[in-house]
Amino acid sequence: MGGMKKLINEPADVVSEALRGMGAAHPDRLKVDLENRIVYRKDAPRAGKVGLISGGGSGHEPMHGGFVGLGMLDAACAGEVFTSPVPDQMMAATKAVDTGAGVLHIVKNYTGDVMNFEMAAELAAADAGTEVLSVVTDDDVAVQDSLYTAGRRGVGVTVLLEKIVGAAAEEGRPLQEVADLAKRVNDNGRSMGMALTSCTVPAAGKPTFELAENEMELGIGIHGEPGRQRLPLAPAKEIAAMLVDPVLGDLPYQQGDSVIAFVNGMGGTPLLELYLMYNEVQQLLDRAGITVARSLVGNYITSLEMAGCSVTLLKVDDELVRLWDAPVNTPGLRWNA
Amino acid sequence: MGVENFTNWLRDAASTLHENAAYLTELDSAIGDADHGSNMDRGFAAVVAVLDEVSFESVDELMKKAGMTLVSKVGGASGPLYGTFFLRFGTALAGAEITPATVGEALKAGVGGILARGKAELGDKTMYDAWAPALDAYDDAVAGGADLGGALAAAAEAAAKGRDATTPLVARKGRASYLGERSAGHQDPGATSTTLLLESAARTLA
Repeated sequence: MGGMKKLINEPADVVSEALRGMGAAHPDRLKVDLENRIVYRKDAPRAGKVGLISGGGSGHEPMHGGFVGLGMLDAACAGEVFTSPVPDQMMAATKAVDTGAGVLHIVKNYTGDVMNFEMAAELAAADAGTEVLSVVTDDDVAVQDSLYTAGRRGVGVTVLLEKIVGAAAEEGRPLQEVADLAKRVNDNGRSMGMALTSCTVPAAGKPTFELAENEMELGIGIHGEPGRQRLPLAPAKEIAAMLVDPVLGDLPYQQGDSVIAFVNGMGGTPLLELYLMYNEVQQLLDRAGITVARSLVGNYITSLEMAGCSVTLLKVDDELVRLWDAPVNTPGLRWNA
Repeated sequence: MGVENFTNWLRDAASTLHENAAYLTELDSAIGDADHGSNMDRGFAAVVAVLDEVSFESVDELMKKAGMTLVSKVGGASGPLYGTFFLRFGTALAGAEITPATVGEALKAGVGGILARGKAELGDKTMYDAWAPALDAYDDAVAGGADLGGALAAAAEAAAKGRDATTPLVARKGRASYLGERSAGHQDPGATSTTLLLESAARTLA
C-alpha cells in the first residue's frame, strides 16, 4: 500500500477544519461551536421541545452533524476520527439545548461512546439538574454472541431512529414518550455490513487492515475495524443475500411485515452500485413476502473512504411511517420542508 | 516523595506515550480502530500543557487534575478508563503521606475505578489483564520490604507479563470483541499502554 491520499492539510486538523466548513456551508440551518466541536441546530434551543443529542467519532459523515436541523437532532458532538467525543462536549450540548423538557442522548453501542455519554449524563444531572434519558442503538447482527462481546454495534438503524424520533420530538412529545419510541425503533431494526476495501484514519496514515484484490470482509462495523469473516469476492446478488438473510432471520421479520429498507454506502462506493444492491435487496424482500413501505439509498453512516455497504431493515407500522414522512431539513436528509 | 516526583511521572509518561504512539496505534489497527496511540498521545500532551501552566500543592490535586484532563481530551474508551484511574488514584491519596502502602491503596482504588467503568474481568483481553498481576506483584513486593521504586518495578514487570499473555486471548470487551476468534494472536493495546505507564512510574518514582 502506498501513502495516504486525502484532501487534508494536517491530520490533526481534519475534524476542526471540516466542522468549520460545515458551518460555513449551512449557515441557514446550523451553528457550529468550534471550541467544543458541537453542531447545533440554528434555532436551538427550542422552547418546550425535548432536546435530541447524538454524537460519536468523526468519519461517519453525514452522521451525526449532517442530521442536525428541523425534524432531527438539536445538537451533535463530534469526536476525533473514529473516537468518541468527551463528556465535556456532551455536557455543554445538553445544557445548551435543554429548555426544561429534558434531553435524550442517542448513543451508538460502542464501549467508548457509552462510557463517555454515561459520564456526561451523570455530570449533567448533578450539575444542572437536567433530566437526561439515553437510548443505545445496537442493531448489528454481525456481532452474534453478546455475552462474550461488548454487545452488538449501533449502525444503520441510528440514522432511521434519529429521523423518526426527531419527528416525534418536533411534535412536542414528552421526554419519556420520545425515549420509549427510540427504544421501539432500535428494537425493530437490524443491520449487516460488508467492505470491499479498508479505510485510512488520517492520524494513522495507512489502511486499518489489508484486503487483497479478490477478497471482501463480511460483518464489518463503521470504524474500519475488520469484520468477522474474510471471504472471496462474490457477485452483488450473493452479497445481498449474505446481508439480507441474517438480518431477516434475526428479528425475525415475517411474511406480511412492512419495513423501511435502507441500503447504506460506507463512503467509497458509488450510488450506481448502491442502487444495484438495492435492486437485489428488494427482490429478496419480495421473495420473503416483506413489503417495503419506504426506502433510503445512499451514503448516510460511513466509514471514511471504505468501499462497501450495509443493509438495514426497520419493521414499521403506520405511526412510524408517518413520522418518517414528517418534514425534515438537515444537510444530510431533507424532505417536505 | 511528593508533587515533583509525580509531576515527573506524568511528564515521563507523556513522552513515553508519544514515542510509542505509532506502535500503540499499530496494535490497535490489528484488532480495534487504529486510534489508541494518537488518543493517549493527545491526552497526555494536554496533561503536560496543564503542568506547564499550573503548579500543584498536593499529589492528590495533581493526579485528580490529570484524570479530569484525560477524561476531557482522550475520548474513546481509554479516556474514561485512564481518567477514572487517575481521579480515584488522586482521591485515595488526599491527605495521605506518600508511602509504598498508601500508593498501593491508591493503585487499587484507581483500578477499582477502571473495573467499575469498564466492567472487564481477568482474561477479557483488556488493560485489566496488565493491571491485575501488577497490583498483586506490587503488594508482594511491599510485603517483602520493597521501597516504592522497587514495588513499582515489580508491578511493571508483572504488567509486562500480563500484557504478553493477552496475545493468545480472544477479546470479550471493547471493540476487539467484535472480531471473535480473530482477535487471538494480537497483543492488547490497552494492556500495552498500561505497562508503559507503570514502567514510567517505576523509573520516576524510585
